[in-house]
Amino acid sequence: MCGIAGLFLKRSSLEPQLGSMLSRMLTVLSDRGPDSAGFAIYGRGTDDLVKLTLRLPAGSEASDAIIATAEQFELKPPAFHANHVVVSVPAARLEAVQSLIRRSPALSGVEIVGSGTRMEIYKDVGLPGDVARRFDLAQMSGTHAVGHTRMATESAVTTKGAHPFSTGVDQCLVHNGSLSNHNGVRRSLQREGLSFETDNDSEVAAGYLTWRMREGASLKEALTQSLKDLDGFYTFVVGTESGFAVLRDPVACKPALMAETDDYVAFGSEYRALAELPGIASARVFEPEPATVYAWERN
Amino acid sequence: MPSVDLSEVKLRDLNAALHRLPEDTNETHWSILNPGGKHSIACGVDLPVTIEVAGHVGYYCGGMNCRATIIIDGNAGAGVAENMMSGEVHVKGDASQSAGATGRGGLLVIDGNASARCGISMKGIDIVVKGSIGSMSAFMAQSGNLVVLGNAGEALGDSIYEARLFVRGSVASLGADCVEKEMGREDRAALDAVLGRADITDVSANDFKLYGSARRLYHFHVDNADAY
Repeated sequence: MCGIAGLFLKRSSLEPQLGSMLSRMLTVLSDRGPDSAGFAIYGRGTDDLVKLTLRLPAGSEASDAIIATAEQFELKPPAFHANHVVVSVPAARLEAVQSLIRRSPALSGVEIVGSGTRMEIYKDVGLPGDVARRFDLAQMSGTHAVGHTRMATESAVTTKGAHPFSTGVDQCLVHNGSLSNHNGVRRSLQREGLSFETDNDSEVAAGYLTWRMREGASLKEALTQSLKDLDGFYTFVVGTESGFAVLRDPVACKPALMAETDDYVAFGSEYRALAELPGIASARVFEPEPATVYAWERN
Repeated sequence: MPSVDLSEVKLRDLNAALHRLPEDTNETHWSILNPGGKHSIACGVDLPVTIEVAGHVGYYCGGMNCRATIIIDGNAGAGVAENMMSGEVHVKGDASQSAGATGRGGLLVIDGNASARCGISMKGIDIVVKGSIGSMSAFMAQSGNLVVLGNAGEALGDSIYEARLFVRGSVASLGADCVEKEMGREDRAALDAVLGRADITDVSANDFKLYGSARRLYHFHVDNADAY
């Protein structure tokens, strides 16, 4: 199973409601994935600053260490959301901060969930509605977002196994399905210099797109190439700094439905997830074709 | 006319009310509001009543239908009218995967497109799709008629038994043991009858091609004895 929700706004008027729209979609999709949930949301960025989303280990004093680290690097005060924290770092000092997070004993157990000029990423175990409330998703605004509700089938119910997976700056992917050749693809990507945090097949799909885009492909081109290189069944929804895309496998194993209006493009695993969106009654509702890349880019 | 608002009434209560109706009921015309993509709406109805659904439905709407006429003013999710026995299901929008799957009788009319696996394992149902159908449609179809005014996707009629597949537009590819056949008098009469039941008058049976089983796959051939 698993459920996917995605939103891409074409006009700014709905931006303040993006979080509440996605939150309702994820809650509806609890039936498809009650084990864990996660979402990536693309908000306003600040010039030259990269947002690092970090996850803190349970019951630790890591939050004090994060605040101390921010002061040490003269960063803006970190923004805490439950067990996640967003630290804004000048692009020039990103590597130094990341390296400190990985090495400092005071920050032991802190995980880098993702980084982006605009993307923040949150994921945790539990019912999707509870996860959305925990992070106060309904209060978040932005231009586009992707979310996932997971029914774990092949690996454990852990936060690390929750989607979205982020393997590049401002890049995230959610996946419903299962890949059959991920071990081979992972090994080739490792030879290309990519590293992976989990044994999860979906992280390999994310890494594959990161690699293709690093080599110069657009999001649409990268997904088109993935049709040749990734084997298995899947519906992918992918976000980048300015893009949003959808791809289903050639057999269309996993459900997918889209709705488009003048204001937004929405993706839902089932119509129920789209049913409460504004203006849905007059939206063009369609099922994405198998093996066809659908991509939207912000101007 | 009973009107049921699914934003207020539980789906199980609606279906239970439909199942409780006596054979001589006067409540023969039902209106269902705010379906919101819920699954299993009006499943297992066994009376000649009319049920109109105002909006999009989720999976299995009208499943196992017997004698009822179910009209969906919107799109339908996977498995609409699956295993229908008799009656009619009419989808005014598009239908998702496996529309009319395993259906044994009755008529399913889809005004828009149907996606993959339309009519999979159909066993006597008649299906009319005014738009196009997706890949792997009529997989292992056993009997009944599938009539498509638009195009068919890849692997049409894979491993088909004895259903008739009429397609007016193009066929991306035929599945194993599915071939184009000459349309005989009986086939044409069956097509005319289905078009008539679906109230389609502006389309000629001459514009369709007939596809069916080459009967090589499900008949044992002595040359293959060594394979067993």
